[in-house]
Amino acid sequence: MALLDVENLSTHFFTREGVVHAVDGVSFSVERGKTLGIVGESGCGKSVTALSIMGLIPVPPAKIVSGRVLFEGTDLVRLRERQLEDLRGREIAMIFQDPMTSLNPTLTIGTQITETIRRHYDVSQKQANKKAIELLEEVRIPRASERLDDYPHRFSGGMRQRVMIAIALSCEPKLLIADEPTTALDVTVQASVLDLLDDLRHEHEMAMIIITHDMGVVAEASDDILVMYAGQIVEQASTLDLFDNPEHPYTEALLGALPQIEGVGIREGRLTAIPGRPPDLIDPPAACRFGPRCPYAGGDSCTETMPELRELRPNHWVRSAHPTSERAGARRPERTPA
Amino acid sequence: MSDAVNERPPLLAVTDLNKHFPIREGLLIERKVGEVRAVDGVSFTIGYGETLGLVGESGSGKSTTGYCILQLLKPTSGSVRFEGTELTTLGREELRRMRREMQIVFQDPYSSLDPRMTVGDIVGEPLIVHGIGTRRDRSVRIRELLDVVGFNPSFTNRYPHEFSGGQRQRIGIARALALSPKLIVCDEPVSALDVSIQAQILNLLKDLQRDFGLTYLFIAHDLAVVRAMSDRIAVMNKGELVEVGPAEEVYKSPKHDYTKALLSAVPIPDPRAMKERKAARRKLRHALAEGV
Repeated sequence: MALLDVENLSTHFFTREGVVHAVDGVSFSVERGKTLGIVGESGCGKSVTALSIMGLIPVPPAKIVSGRVLFEGTDLVRLRERQLEDLRGREIAMIFQDPMTSLNPTLTIGTQITETIRRHYDVSQKQANKKAIELLEEVRIPRASERLDDYPHRFSGGMRQRVMIAIALSCEPKLLIADEPTTALDVTVQASVLDLLDDLRHEHEMAMIIITHDMGVVAEASDDILVMYAGQIVEQASTLDLFDNPEHPYTEALLGALPQIEGVGIREGRLTAIPGRPPDLIDPPAACRFGPRCPYAGGDSCTETMPELRELRPNHWVRSAHPTSERAGARRPERTPA
Repeated sequence: MSDAVNERPPLLAVTDLNKHFPIREGLLIERKVGEVRAVDGVSFTIGYGETLGLVGESGSGKSTTGYCILQLLKPTSGSVRFEGTELTTLGREELRRMRREMQIVFQDPYSSLDPRMTVGDIVGEPLIVHGIGTRRDRSVRIRELLDVVGFNPSFTNRYPHEFSGGQRQRIGIARALALSPKLIVCDEPVSALDVSIQAQILNLLKDLQRDFGLTYLFIAHDLAVVRAMSDRIAVMNKGELVEVGPAEEVYKSPKHDYTKALLSAVPIPDPRAMKERKAARRKLRHALAEGV
């Protein structure tokens, strides 16, 4: 049994304008000790997926309308808030994008770490403080013991994210969900935080879900990758297979749209832009959601029926009528203007 | 930091530019207790039709440099010459005239467009400010500008909030083009946009440069984006320019340790190459012993 099994999860937002199908029939699993990357652009549903797992979606307007989230066999969707609270932090922890706002500015770092520990374990404040110092040392905050009484504003962005990671680790969770953990950080700081997460997950044998818009970040951090588009999974594969042989036209286009750091003719060349933009998730079309932007979409099934997520080869799933390997002899589309 | 000697003088020459912000303390009687050297002795040139990429992390002074060039911030000292004219000593009226030649595209297409103005008014405002054309001329020009940036000209009476980030950035670019400037300072023009939209805007900027012979100072933190746009690249760290050179050279064989650290930190979408890169960047970080 996988550590986490998400089955056919759909989270919708009931707004005045209509029902937003933010997450629509998402299924995946996370094995113990493995890292799953969820990648996609804004509004694709990757964060709502994470929040749905944690039971942190704002109800209303949001609601999980179908599906199960099985964590070690327990369906989290059916748990009461009280039961979820016991689980959150202890079994599943989460870190967020913005380390500037996810810490409470009016409480010391020490208080914020120890309150999590004392929420879940019956220990004295003294013992909790000792544990907090160990945690700060583990996330490589210099002079940890002197910093417990400092307030968050005394820490830089990278350091705050380290404090967040320390809090997340405090109860030795089995699963850490990191939602854009390095997006707000400078590139050199990002590298050190990613290296830290990588070390920690090995040391603690912790599974991780890393959510990001950055193909580079998933390439380095994950074992397996889900690509999301317009509320659905469009491709799912091991990291190597996904980058070596991307199958979905969207994944392909996304990789083509990335500016390269090495190579020839970069300055002179054009990027392969994806024309148009993602569909409105209020009343999305029943056909392929990438269809309107897809260079391969023809008059056939794409425009009428929704392609199923199918296993093209072992452990490589794709939701498209025209995956790369089935377009035998088909060339990549010409680099066309936006 | 000398560039290849061209026969034509550069469009823009920045020499020993400084911008220091005072740090003040005291409630009633403020006194200066120190200063932040946001830009510290920066010199470079940009040739006609060239793109100079200015990269650096937050707080490196790259945007402040851009603002000082356009005189949106008054430099503490140093010289900014545009086609031979010294900008730092110009009077208000002269500067206003010079601004026709130099425009800016901002990072955030959500806050850099006045929400109460229609698209047409936003794009046409520079024409009014500089007293160009009749009302009818302007309306023709606005449609032409919107068409050039790939924005549907029939939407001139709509408001910015009705459009997505990419479309708004097109409006911002149309506004910058309105006066047919020679130089455009692009300050993180795509960092608020998704990858697929980012590519559209970068391609647009490339096309406009080719069609109108524009010169860009392209400021960004994303090294791959800067690489895609620039002929030469200047790297800033803590207010100083640490390295300037042809794009390919800087990326292939960076000379300064900071440039090396910066380049090694970029996660690239290639899981096989990332393994080596991760090992290399850990080593470099230890070498620099640079705390976060």
